[in-house]
Amino acid sequence: MIWVDTIAQGVLLGGLYALFAAGLSLVFGIMRLVNLAHGDLIVMGAYLILLLVTLLGLPPFLAAAVAMPLMFCIGWCLQKFLLNRTLGDDILPPLLVTFGLSIALQNALLEGFSADSQRLPTNAMTTASFQAGPISLGVMPLLTFGSAVLVIIGLNQLFYRTELGRAFRATSDDATTASLMGIKPANIFAAATGIALVIVTIAALYLGLRANFDPNVGPARLIYAFEAVIIGGLGSLWGTLAGGIIIGVAQTVGAAINPEWQILSGHIAFLLVLLVRPRGLFPRAHD
Amino acid sequence: MALLQTIALTAHYGDFQALFGVDIEVSEHETIAIIGANGAGKTTLMRSIAGVLKNAAGAVRFDGVDVGTLPAEEIVTQGVAMVPEGRKLFPSLSVEENLLIGAYGRKGGGYWTLDAIYDLFPILGDRRHNPGTALSGGQQQMVAIGRALMSNPRVLLCDEISLGLAPVVIKDIYRAVPKIKKSGASLIVVEQDIAQALAVADRVYCMMEGRVTLTGRPESLNRDAIHDAYFGASK
Ligand SMILES: Nc1ncnc2c1ncn2[C@@H]1O[C@H](COP(=O)(O)OP(=O)(O)OP(=O)(O)O)[C@@H](O)[C@H]1O
Ligand SMILES: [Mg+2]
Repeated sequence: MIWVDTIAQGVLLGGLYALFAAGLSLVFGIMRLVNLAHGDLIVMGAYLILLLVTLLGLPPFLAAAVAMPLMFCIGWCLQKFLLNRTLGDDILPPLLVTFGLSIALQNALLEGFSADSQRLPTNAMTTASFQAGPISLGVMPLLTFGSAVLVIIGLNQLFYRTELGRAFRATSDDATTASLMGIKPANIFAAATGIALVIVTIAALYLGLRANFDPNVGPARLIYAFEAVIIGGLGSLWGTLAGGIIIGVAQTVGAAINPEWQILSGHIAFLLVLLVRPRGLFPRAHD
Repeated sequence: MALLQTIALTAHYGDFQALFGVDIEVSEHETIAIIGANGAGKTTLMRSIAGVLKNAAGAVRFDGVDVGTLPAEEIVTQGVAMVPEGRKLFPSLSVEENLLIGAYGRKGGGYWTLDAIYDLFPILGDRRHNPGTALSGGQQQMVAIGRALMSNPRVLLCDEISLGLAPVVIKDIYRAVPKIKKSGASLIVVEQDIAQALAVADRVYCMMEGRVTLTGRPESLNRDAIHDAYFGASK
């Protein structure tokens, strides 16, 4: 029966990885841009929330809500004034620029906040847990997982029910033809990255509530996010959730066998899925 | 006065020059056809007018205003829409979404709505929820035309709307042209099929190697003149 609990914990952990990954998946799906600074943007979001908590005395959830529009603007400007210039037939410039951005962000955070590890304040409610049969469910992992599902439902609604979503899909299919419809691809991309950073803020909230963070933990988050996106199938949002869950379950099961195997077994699960399905679980029909 | 006009329009792909000073014009409610062999520069001309290719200032005038340097997304908002060569439907979008996205840059109301498009091409109404790319070639062409009409254009550019279609299907599609004209739009129709072009157009331009080699009303053009303008003088 311990296995049921282990797997349940893994599924819930997968929600956190899906949150790390959803913004990456969104941006990749729309503009084929791999943002190597994604993990550092999550860490930056966590510091922004921390700043709002300490300066304004806001509770973390409220601070995250305040941070969201700020992060949207940061994402919008980042895409419009920097990343759009790197897009083109050559895939190297966006990789180089976002790699540079990753390093610059880490150093800026180090300069501004020192290397001390930080944590967002938690209270009794968020650290509580309760028993459901053989499974012990923490409120925080449940909230994380629920948020991940809501984010993905929300993004799907946005994609398939709104005019902006239609423009996202059309631009992703063919930016030149989209411009013939009156769509400005540069602005569509900016909106997409803005929305990605709103999701990053949610990921940052749970990152900061669940564990310590310091300016250098971004790249490790990026790895999990990447793995979730890739085994889910590039650009598929539900696939990203599935990918996150697979990595989460592999990690908790691995850790149950031997605590030293936690990280490794996540990576092995990633490789195994790729071996069986090189294009991921839910690849897009066309690309 | 011309509604849309190109003035000494040139176009380049890198070092290669595809258009050498093209002057064409279309008046309000007029339909012109552009004919010419493969590689003559017809699509390049359409892409230049639509703003997909960068032009010199003053090379394209629309409604008395220089639009030569405007990007594609502003050209369509001004009232010039294009049915691109090869249809270029969005594979991620259903038939209806493909039509709706055509209205993205539209300013204000006008004749063309979803209902008006389904009235023009009833088969699209039946297939509105299918992916655009699941349709037959002719139906896809109807979607591409409907999508461009959804912006309520004053000038509609049609680049080889008969390409790769069976004669009966081509007839179906060209049956829509009088209705499109009646909605008030001017048309620029690019055609490889000379008979079709002559039948539909008020005036015809023939292009060869990036230049206009012949222009006139269909009834004033004889076969030999068209042949020469198409392939170069035979002697
Ligand atoms: N993207 C491109 N890059 C380089 N050269 C191009 C490009 N597109 C067209 N050309 C060249 O420009 C010239 C004009 O091509 P264009 O497509 O305008 O001709 P067309 O009259 O539309 O021909 P078709 O009847 O085959 O559609 C051709 O010589 C073609 O090879
Ligand atoms: Mg052509």
